[in-house]
Amino acid sequence: MKVRVLVRLKPGIMDVQGAAVQRALVGLGFSEIADLRIGKVIDIELDEARPGEARTRVGEMCGQLLANPLLEEYSMEILTDLAPRGVAG
Amino acid sequence: MRFGVVVFPGTWSDCDFHYVVSEVLHQPVRYVWHRERELGQLDCVILPGGFSYGDYLRAGAVAGRSPVVEALRDFVGRGGLVLGSCNGFQILCEAGLLPGVLTRNECLQYRCQSTHLVVENVDTPFTRGLRAGQVLTMPISHGEGKYYADAETLARLKQQNLIVFRYASADGKVTKASNPNGSLDNIAGIVNPEGTVLGMMPHPERASETAMGGTDGLLMFQSLLGSLVEDGTFLKR
Repeated sequence: MKVRVLVRLKPGIMDVQGAAVQRALVGLGFSEIADLRIGKVIDIELDEARPGEARTRVGEMCGQLLANPLLEEYSMEILTDLAPRGVAG
Repeated sequence: MRFGVVVFPGTWSDCDFHYVVSEVLHQPVRYVWHRERELGQLDCVILPGGFSYGDYLRAGAVAGRSPVVEALRDFVGRGGLVLGSCNGFQILCEAGLLPGVLTRNECLQYRCQSTHLVVENVDTPFTRGLRAGQVLTMPISHGEGKYYADAETLARLKQQNLIVFRYASADGKVTKASNPNGSLDNIAGIVNPEGTVLGMMPHPERASETAMGGTDGLLMFQSLLGSLVEDGTFLKR
């Protein structure tokens, strides 16, 4: 089972990194950017075939280490759920 | 007073702290490896600055869940003293031993400079030799030192007088211009309600000898030594 975790700063938390990248892109001519925020992608491969169990375990990982609840929120998706039918991996 | 200096892979201020404790203060000190779980004979554990475990994921995040920090919870429960500086402060926050979190400097720059700190709380073993309003000069050296806590936590810090140091001007005024990293309320250091766990971004170990450009950091160590009484317990104010 592969699980992809997205960790982002909560709304309202200033993202200085995102603001700097936004300024750089505006400088390159992408003046239509209204907002840009940076997050992290964490791909986890688990020895667990049951999606519900995998979600529970990854939720625990997020709570204990992967995200700091003061600043960040997380979401996850089961990657094997998204694979087209008949395609391996 | 028996000191321990914790060493994680990536710690860089361990030798400086060890030097100050052994050569300037003439106190017994040993290094504590990050996998150790036994802190029995120590009176004060120092978490030095650096980039523990590469500071991967978030500054101090992995170290905050390491074996030695787990042991630190019992140590704190028994009344042991903990001083976390720079990465050590980040680790204490990530471990939940202090509230809040340290985030990327608002200026996005790594700041290595001298700062002035106004002393807000002298009711801790680390600051009992200082006076409220005293201005100390100590260097900072970090990229992620902007203290953040939610409004409720900030209110509690203020109400319980847990803010120990704030960035200030040379004459002790807390101003935006004297805030090097965008820290909430110019917070540079806080303490737990018991006064036994102190986290601060500045480096007292780099201001402990005249040859290093200042000795204000030494005042904190001297406060600590002054708080130990003969029967091995600590003086309560």
